[in-house]
Amino acid sequence: MSMQKPVRTSSYIYRLEPEGPMRVPGFIFADDELLADMEADVFRQVANVATLPGIVHGALAMPDAHLGYGFPIGGVGAFDPHQGGVVSAGGVGFDIACGVRTLVTGIHKDRVLAERKALADLMYQNIPAGLGTRKGLKISSSEMDRMLAQGGRWAVGKGYGTSSDLEKTEEGGTAYGADPGAVSDKARKRLDRELGTLGSGNHYLEIQAIQEIFDDNAAQAFGLRKDDVVISIHCGSRGLGHQVATEFIRLMVQESSRQNIRLPDRDLACAPIFSDTGQQYLGAMRAAINCALANRQILAHLARETFETVFPGARVSLLYDVCHNTCREEDHETGGRKAGLFVHRKGATRAFGPGHPDLPSVYRQVGQPVLIGGSMGTSSYIMAGTSEGMHLSFGSACHGAGRVMSRKQAVKKYPGRQVIDHLQKMNIEVRSHSFKGLSEEAPEAYKDVSRVVEVSHNSSLARKVARLKPMICIKG
Amino acid sequence: MNNSAYWKHLDHRADIGIQGVGPGLDQAVAQAGLALMAVMCDLELIRRIESRYIDLQGHDPELLFFDFLNELIFLVSAEGFVYSGLEVNIHNGRLQATVLGEPLDNSRHRPAVEVKGASFNGLQVRQDKNGQYIVSCIVDV
Repeated sequence: MSMQKPVRTSSYIYRLEPEGPMRVPGFIFADDELLADMEADVFRQVANVATLPGIVHGALAMPDAHLGYGFPIGGVGAFDPHQGGVVSAGGVGFDIACGVRTLVTGIHKDRVLAERKALADLMYQNIPAGLGTRKGLKISSSEMDRMLAQGGRWAVGKGYGTSSDLEKTEEGGTAYGADPGAVSDKARKRLDRELGTLGSGNHYLEIQAIQEIFDDNAAQAFGLRKDDVVISIHCGSRGLGHQVATEFIRLMVQESSRQNIRLPDRDLACAPIFSDTGQQYLGAMRAAINCALANRQILAHLARETFETVFPGARVSLLYDVCHNTCREEDHETGGRKAGLFVHRKGATRAFGPGHPDLPSVYRQVGQPVLIGGSMGTSSYIMAGTSEGMHLSFGSACHGAGRVMSRKQAVKKYPGRQVIDHLQKMNIEVRSHSFKGLSEEAPEAYKDVSRVVEVSHNSSLARKVARLKPMICIKG
Repeated sequence: MNNSAYWKHLDHRADIGIQGVGPGLDQAVAQAGLALMAVMCDLELIRRIESRYIDLQGHDPELLFFDFLNELIFLVSAEGFVYSGLEVNIHNGRLQATVLGEPLDNSRHRPAVEVKGASFNGLQVRQDKNGQYIVSCIVDV
């Protein structure tokens, strides 16, 4: 495939014409600056996704897109099972159902500022994080089966949180169609004492102040008041999800060649949705989604208890929980008809518009809360899904900032101690299990999240509701 | 021919690349395994007081290397075992490895980021013009 340059077709959309084996065009949501920041290989990856069987409308890249495996991070692709559509393990990614959950506390930032060191220490103590912590739950094999089948619902049943949390979680806290039997022993073993842990890398727990409100109506529906404090948790399905991804990417490489699917890149390995491998993967992936939902439900419960210890009487309630590495079966209008599609979002957030039947009734008028995580020390955003986004991107938006600097470079450039000092000057308390981990996650290693959000807003993928500023950051 | 064996990390914007180089495939693969561990921990902090064994079959050298990396990731992730020594023997499509290390101790090893899995991105097993083996892979962190 020749390497074409995307051509601007409207203010914030750039198009790759379908050529060669591409079945549909590519659409990149960006402005000139973000587009210039994207590596040329991102365009190649978008074009590659467009070659996969059964893809409809186009291969999409969100404004935070960067180089991934097979699909770019920030990649969205929808597949019609009745047109030979495929599911790709690489198109979901390694950390299945990695996502963000935000809790509203109703406490003013000045009260938190006064207690911030004590709160940071207690959160650090109570939220297990870092590589190989083994401080999570030990659960029996039958209990594991129930957890993998029920997700957040299982965690609430075990006393972690309340049923009202489930209403504010995508799919009511349970990914249906999960098949715990499709999750291997090895994947289960990688969750040993890891359930209810944060992990490492870019995962975090942050206490954030609501610094700016852009949309009063939506903010009111979401329970957001300027200068109040929220808690955000970013993590995924832990080792279990990583192992499911690893095993199925390998299996799909063999399956693709058996099905004579021509792959421009082995990481795009896939299987027809209506095939044994495809169905097994969907069952295992949904079980891993449940694992991530249970994990975030447990962590949210621990964070809520901790917060309420420091601020007795605070009522910490869930705003919403979004996943940003999934493949989900959803109804969408395409080519003038409604079809059940399998929408891959890899480093992209579901962003359903107003009126969508899957939204909890309190949010149905304003659209789904879309939670955008920033890098350490920079802003995070809360956005809302739009009706336009339903047509532009199958109801999808960006998920975060996206890296611009490699981990290796970041370690050389920003020593961990320096990162802590820098953040402390900005009144941000950091607690981390690893200096090296902090260097790798230095804020400067990421794109400017505000720009990514601005383009998402201007292109109507989602609209801005509030901007959050970190006060405390707990890192793995 | 150069007989030195070594490993290095390769730049990748979101993740990290690992590379092993050696006079034979065995040494190159062993070096890449050390590069993998070095993403997570400083190798000098890891004592070699226990061993684990890996035994794999496969005729595609790249897939065999890919599977080997994922076995090492599993050792760290599921068994909490970290290592600083590797002996690898590849013969007739069979890879046998002795992994030398110890149980992970967070306070002493100060691990940084965990590796989630090996990818097919940048997966390569090749020989340069001097006959040196070079194996590499981008791993997801």
